[in-house]
Amino acid sequence: MKRTIPMIITFIVGMLVIISEFVPHKPFGPIAGTLENWFLIIAGFTIILGVLSLIRMNSIKIKSRAENWQYFLAGLISFGVMVLVGVFWGMQESSGILGHGEKISAWLGTPPTKPFDYLFNNLFIHLSATMFSLLAFYIASAAYRAFIIRSFESNLLMITAVIIMLGRTSLGTIMTGWLPPSLQFLHLPRIADYIMMYPNSAAQRAIMISAALGVIGSSLRIILGIERSYLGGGK
Amino acid sequence: MAEIMTIIGIWIGVFLTFSIFSFLYRDNPFYRFAEQVFVGLSAAYGFIYIIYNVLVPNLFTPVLSDFNQNWLLIIPGVLGVLMLVRIYPPAEWISRYPLAVVIGTSAGISLLFYLKSDFMNQIAATMINPFETPNVSAISGGLLIIIGTICGVYFFYFSKRQEGVFAIPSRIGIWFLMVSFGASFGYTVMARISLLIGRIEFLLTDWLHIIK
Repeated sequence: MKRTIPMIITFIVGMLVIISEFVPHKPFGPIAGTLENWFLIIAGFTIILGVLSLIRMNSIKIKSRAENWQYFLAGLISFGVMVLVGVFWGMQESSGILGHGEKISAWLGTPPTKPFDYLFNNLFIHLSATMFSLLAFYIASAAYRAFIIRSFESNLLMITAVIIMLGRTSLGTIMTGWLPPSLQFLHLPRIADYIMMYPNSAAQRAIMISAALGVIGSSLRIILGIERSYLGGGK
Repeated sequence: MAEIMTIIGIWIGVFLTFSIFSFLYRDNPFYRFAEQVFVGLSAAYGFIYIIYNVLVPNLFTPVLSDFNQNWLLIIPGVLGVLMLVRIYPPAEWISRYPLAVVIGTSAGISLLFYLKSDFMNQIAATMINPFETPNVSAISGGLLIIIGTICGVYFFYFSKRQEGVFAIPSRIGIWFLMVSFGASFGYTVMARISLLIGRIEFLLTDWLHIIK
């Protein structure tokens, strides 16, 4: 009951969605639409599950005074504050349980900014942009490591990367813009366009076709009950 | 007051920006603090976003405004709540029922989506006549598309050992893949540099007012 019924549910639901594609009439058409809406709602709860798990893990670390527990407390507090202001006064056009909070919004900025949006604009955006911009520094060392593997393939990768970077910025135009019309095929932006349009498209297509075959195979295995790892261990 | 709050917001942004950048020197308490705040805010943003953009319009509003028409939505609501049981290990198995609905639906949708858009459409788009145009660049490009796609797909064929003559198309496929990875790497570098420029621009414009 604990494993068989979920497998039967997966089979029925998966088959209904597939059948509805080929038989878009009643009852299959509306059923598939309903199932897709249900999927959206249940998937929404999985985000809540992830958040609950994060709270639990942080709480355990704080309770047991694990190493660096103070930082986990800071994470938990920032989470709690942002959730509370979001629930009380909403986000963007959505209203919270206390309404739109016109007074506090007018207090926080011009034009009026909701507390959730204030935190989003002044904390979250700065943190995420800086966190990802850190990679700009580390990518240089990654490029160096790729360069020292002196195989033909690694050279191909790095030469393409350099051409794309030069070709997509004004530097490429400055470097090769003076070339006469007879040598315009050496114009870096043109070479970058050619790479993106043909060899890159071909490789992307190969990846997409191969990945699609993999996904189709895995989906069939799941629907037919051959792949059961999503059920987890135990009976 | 709004002006003061805007200035405070900028100073908080500056503090967090420098806290993250301090990691370039080495791991330190400022970075760890900013990192955990980022984790907390990201989780909170995801949580609130899902509530207002998924659960409220698709579940709560329809059920509360017209229950007779939308009573069926109680089922995904209950299944969603059952999903949360997963955090209590003795009752973890109950979450397999909602998980089965999610997995079954996503498997069905993925199968159809990838079959149409990524498999059939991509194969159809590769069936081109490269010689239908007099342009040398387009002819060579068309040939590259056909050869690159076939050799690339062949590279991902692992059911038979690729040796001797059979290894040649695979090797050509790797070259095409390397060109594509190089292009992606180039774009990634540019995106990160662009973010870095954005950060420096924030510091010089909004904070120090050096750039007007």
